[in-house]
Amino acid sequence: MTQLGPARTTAPTPSAIRAVPVRHPGRWVAAAVLLVLIAMAVDAVVFARVKRGNSLQTRFGWHVVSQFFLSHEVLHGLIVTLELTVIAMAIGIAGGVLLAVMRLAINPIVRWVAWSYIWFFRGTPVLVQLLFWFNLSYVFPQISLGIPFGPSWINLNANSLITPFIAAFVGLGLNEAAYMSEIVRAGILSVDEGQTEAASALGMNRILLMRRVVLPQAMRVIIPPTGNETISMLKTSSLASVITVTELLYSVQLIYASTYQIVPMLLVASLWYLIVTSVLSVGQFYIERYFGRGSSHAQPLTPFQKFRKSIVTVHQAMPLPGPRDAGSPLAGRKER
Amino acid sequence: MVAPMVLAESVRKSFGMVEVLRGIDLEVAAGEVMVIIGPSGSGKSTFLRCINHLEKINSGRLSVDGELVGYREHGGKIFELKDREVCRKRAEIGIVFQHFNLFPHMTVLGNIIEAPVRVKGQEKTEAIANARRLLTQVGLADRETAYPAQLSGGQKQRIAIARALAMEPKLMLFDEPTSALDPELVGEVLDVMKQLAKAGMTMVVVTHEIGFAREVGDSLVFMDEGIIVERGHPKEIINSPKHERTRAFLSKVL
Repeated sequence: MTQLGPARTTAPTPSAIRAVPVRHPGRWVAAAVLLVLIAMAVDAVVFARVKRGNSLQTRFGWHVVSQFFLSHEVLHGLIVTLELTVIAMAIGIAGGVLLAVMRLAINPIVRWVAWSYIWFFRGTPVLVQLLFWFNLSYVFPQISLGIPFGPSWINLNANSLITPFIAAFVGLGLNEAAYMSEIVRAGILSVDEGQTEAASALGMNRILLMRRVVLPQAMRVIIPPTGNETISMLKTSSLASVITVTELLYSVQLIYASTYQIVPMLLVASLWYLIVTSVLSVGQFYIERYFGRGSSHAQPLTPFQKFRKSIVTVHQAMPLPGPRDAGSPLAGRKER
Repeated sequence: MVAPMVLAESVRKSFGMVEVLRGIDLEVAAGEVMVIIGPSGSGKSTFLRCINHLEKINSGRLSVDGELVGYREHGGKIFELKDREVCRKRAEIGIVFQHFNLFPHMTVLGNIIEAPVRVKGQEKTEAIANARRLLTQVGLADRETAYPAQLSGGQKQRIAIARALAMEPKLMLFDEPTSALDPELVGEVLDVMKQLAKAGMTMVVVTHEIGFAREVGDSLVFMDEGIIVERGHPKEIINSPKHERTRAFLSKVL
């Protein structure tokens, strides 16, 4: 104990601890095993060739993948997939905000309607809903606008109005609205009540207060799961293939129906899905940064900022070997 | 005779089974600075929030500048006001909260011009010029681009005061404006409030700052358990409280 007392303080700054590190042979073994497995997988996927007919081909048919990857049909399918995703998410977000506000409304009928909607659309499979919208003309051959239970002014043929594409985005969008509403509601509830109070004390009405004060703050909570939902929607949109929408999956299905190159064509679709989800993840990062402004947490750096910072810190770190407090275990921490 | 700025007649308010205000009679004249003190749970904050209709009163009459709060009287009947009318009246009363409640996603300037532009329909350039004048007044002219999270508690509260003043209110309410502050930051907020009082603003201040009450207050009200126990000139009450409860409370806070 006496050694730790005041006598120690007169000693010079303690030098950094140089201990022999603990060995972890298990980690090396695990890494080696994984590397071998990865090498085997890469070999099987990329290099290994099998005899098909009278030619030697890669197992996964990469030449077919490259042949069709940028083909007109596939790219058209990709565009339809993107359109479906964007429109369905737009309906989902708009509907979700509306339902969330309805669930928090004062009017009990409004609350009940929103609750029932969510109950129904979350409680039935989206594939079943898509099939339902696709077959809507069976239930409602005519769609008319007019006075309820009275005369109608505009009559439309449901069969020509509800194309497979419309059935797909309506089905996906309305289903998404039910999920989005819960996300939005959680976001709204996460905003401090003092904010609503301050805004109404300044004379803001409910709509203005929601739009200018509550929702922008709720965004920080809403955006991450919404990014998830968008990525999920991109993939769920492949269900529209069942109702003959020529989106990405159905496009490749049409091709392999005649060429029988099933696996390579599924690879084409998968690669495109992967590329788009990656792009969406990057977009999500920047949107989160935008809505995180004014937060007390430091914003994560963009890749560009990280690059700049690494250059600056390298510059600073090099010519400074001397007077820095190198012994302190905290010395390196501040640099992060 | 000019109508008092705030007039409360046997105002009662309950939350569920708990009666928080049990008959408040009070008058605040235009230009008066009234300080309300009392132990926590005495109903002083609730009363303040009733004045701008953040809480509805259950019975009694409460009026601001001669008009009922939240209601309209016509032909002997009382009608509830529409949301739009309630909003318009609230816009005439500024309130400063204990926890500031600044909008964290807006800059200081954004916080101040939000309501003048969106609620009053003021020109943006005019609102900005006005906001800069107010920022100078509260001593924070150099922080207009900062976000609330980058400010100290005292600075936040001064911005909150500027934000309320930007609506050009005829009455300012302060709900324990210094209670959430570190002791060394209390002074800067009180200074802004003193300056405001000197300029002739009608103020109702709920606070524990007895020094402020003595120096700036025109009248002092001591509330306990939902009623007004004692009212008078600050110096009189602080120096020679008539009621036992007032004496007990003051002996604890002084």
